[in-house]
Amino acid sequence: MSFATSKLLAASVAGAALLAASVVAQAQEVKVGVILGFTGPLESITPGMGGSAELALKEVNDSGLFLNGETLVPVRADSTCIDAAAATAAAERLITSENVAAIMGADCSGVTIAIANNVAVPNGVVMVSPSATSPALTDIEDNDYFFRTAPSDARQGEVLTEVLTSNDITSVAVSYTNNDYGKGFSDSFVAAFEAAGGTVTINAPHDDGKGDYSAEVGALAAAGGDLLVVLGYVDQGGVGIIRAAVDSGAFDRFALGDGMYGQSLIDAIGEDLEGTVGVIPGAEGEGSEKFAEAASAAGLDPSSSYTGESYDAAALIALAMQKAGSADRTAIRDALLEVANGPGEPILAGELAKGLQILKDGGDIDYVGATNVELIGPGEAAGTYREYIVENGAYKTVGFR
Amino acid sequence: MDFLNALVVFANFVFIPGLAYGAQLALGALGVTLIYGILRFSNFAHGDLMAFGTMLTILVTWWLMSMGVTLGPLPTALLALPIGILGAVAMALLIDRWVFRFYRQQKSAGIVFVMASVGVMFVLNGVVRLIIGPNEQRFADGERFLVTVRGFREFTGLDEGLAIRLPIAITLVVAVVVVIALFRFLNYSRTGKAMRAYSDNEDLALLSGINPDRVVMVTWIIAASLATIAGVLYGLDKSFRPFTYFQLLLPIFAAAIVGGIGQPLGAIAGGFVVAFSEVTLTYAYKRVLEYLGFEPAGLVQLLSTEYKFAISFVILVLVLLIRPTGIFRGRVL
Repeated sequence: MSFATSKLLAASVAGAALLAASVVAQAQEVKVGVILGFTGPLESITPGMGGSAELALKEVNDSGLFLNGETLVPVRADSTCIDAAAATAAAERLITSENVAAIMGADCSGVTIAIANNVAVPNGVVMVSPSATSPALTDIEDNDYFFRTAPSDARQGEVLTEVLTSNDITSVAVSYTNNDYGKGFSDSFVAAFEAAGGTVTINAPHDDGKGDYSAEVGALAAAGGDLLVVLGYVDQGGVGIIRAAVDSGAFDRFALGDGMYGQSLIDAIGEDLEGTVGVIPGAEGEGSEKFAEAASAAGLDPSSSYTGESYDAAALIALAMQKAGSADRTAIRDALLEVANGPGEPILAGELAKGLQILKDGGDIDYVGATNVELIGPGEAAGTYREYIVENGAYKTVGFR
Repeated sequence: MDFLNALVVFANFVFIPGLAYGAQLALGALGVTLIYGILRFSNFAHGDLMAFGTMLTILVTWWLMSMGVTLGPLPTALLALPIGILGAVAMALLIDRWVFRFYRQQKSAGIVFVMASVGVMFVLNGVVRLIIGPNEQRFADGERFLVTVRGFREFTGLDEGLAIRLPIAITLVVAVVVVIALFRFLNYSRTGKAMRAYSDNEDLALLSGINPDRVVMVTWIIAASLATIAGVLYGLDKSFRPFTYFQLLLPIFAAAIVGGIGQPLGAIAGGFVVAFSEVTLTYAYKRVLEYLGFEPAGLVQLLSTEYKFAISFVILVLVLLIRPTGIFRGRVL
């Protein structure tokens, strides 16, 4: 044998060994896609969301009770939050080339609708979104493959109305981000606020990514109102609207939707934000405390937006697999609602091992998780919201609704 | 009193923002118009040259801030501006050496230059995003306001307030100074006269012994300086984001063409025409009219604010259809 052929042989043996190793590894791994907008308008909160989802998967792996000793492997992909084509391509990669069993995500409503319609539902892959809140997602043709641990904005509109009426606010101007999320949210808020006897002086969109919002604020100021309701994104046009409103003295009080919650807003606006009220999905109780402990221990900020929902979304996927006894895509769909709702033993965040054991023994569980998960209608969270107010340069929780 | 309130509302939401935006557009359009007048092509890379110079200024500003150097009440960026200008000038001269000089020697048609400048635009755009990233950057420090809403209300006793942000005041002062300096240079200095001669009739200028390389170089130096100044003022007043600067290209070209391309005075007039058209057509006049004794039922808004960019387009189309030479009888594109 010449030197060249022996080298070739050695290379192919090594290659075959590698291949065999990867096949063995795959047999014990179940991949779960984590598709969130790691770039784009939500990039400041998505690392916390992704980290929380992976925290749940790690907890399942650490228990050693999952299926027949398989491990869950998260595979991240970028939804970009705004670019439906890029998000669809990323989801396509997860499903066809990474062969994920289910997808936790996506985050923003527009891309979530695109992924569900174009990739997940046609391929029969379960999606559990932690943060897509558009009312439109309630009615999509999903063959029951779409779930969300975040409530619909139809509910958020009612909660925000309750907050404002309890503060004796009767007339507001509304500025929403010009996309599926903003449009759906503002429609549901305006309907709820007017039904409660309030007046909406103007309901105008703003586009994200512009340098200057003085024209938008000019129109809002002309319409007037007790305060300005901003339903946008914290790293995008929302903060631009608030800054322009503060600079021109158009409004000195604001009410914010869930996309506007973030430390970067307080950093950017400073003391002019005092007295601002807002709502954000969030729960109180033992589950959220346990989640907060676990997240803090893992180096995550549990009060960041949608961290608990992300944890719950990933946990539900894992528990549904355990209930079904396999990582089959359709079996996950059929088992998900059974583990999410009663009857059965309530399982809080941090107790996934207990839940896995009960399911392994053939019992029933009622997953409560970090956010009091109760899936209603076509598989979406009923929704608890935290009402906050900005005081002395920090978010302060007023109560839960 | 009501009349004064109406005036104040109008000034706060229309006149002052329009004035600042117009000055920023005018400085940008001056650069475009100079390049067109002397090098005879529409430089599509101008918006990204603005972004490049502004990016350098921001980086130097951050460095100065980290060293503890500030200008007190004025933004530190003013101190960093000269370095940003130098960098942008160097970049413009390098681009001319690497790209445009070749086509000049080939005596290529104007459209070839325009296409080459589109290529330069994409490359510069990429360079800026690579270095500073695609996100919004804010680099204004120092005092934020010259006149605050609350201060104005207390001082005048009016119901309505007026805010004048410091960056707006700086924009106006710098724009006036720069424009005066530019016109003195073009009208009185030897090089300025040579540039005007070259722009007017290239062959005759060459026959009179004007050095074309020198004219081209000075043109790029002035254009890059104006671009950086306009970019930094825009960034201080509003915010810096590479994509926004790319988008500024449209109103800047609209301004240059409305005023008459190749005419420096036209660029300034055009800048204000475009800026005030955008602001006045999208403003809701309800509150102003209420103070004037009317009771409008709606918001009295001619166009929704999403159509702001469309206004530049419409102006551009109207001017090209009705008066292609622009207000000051510039060249025809």
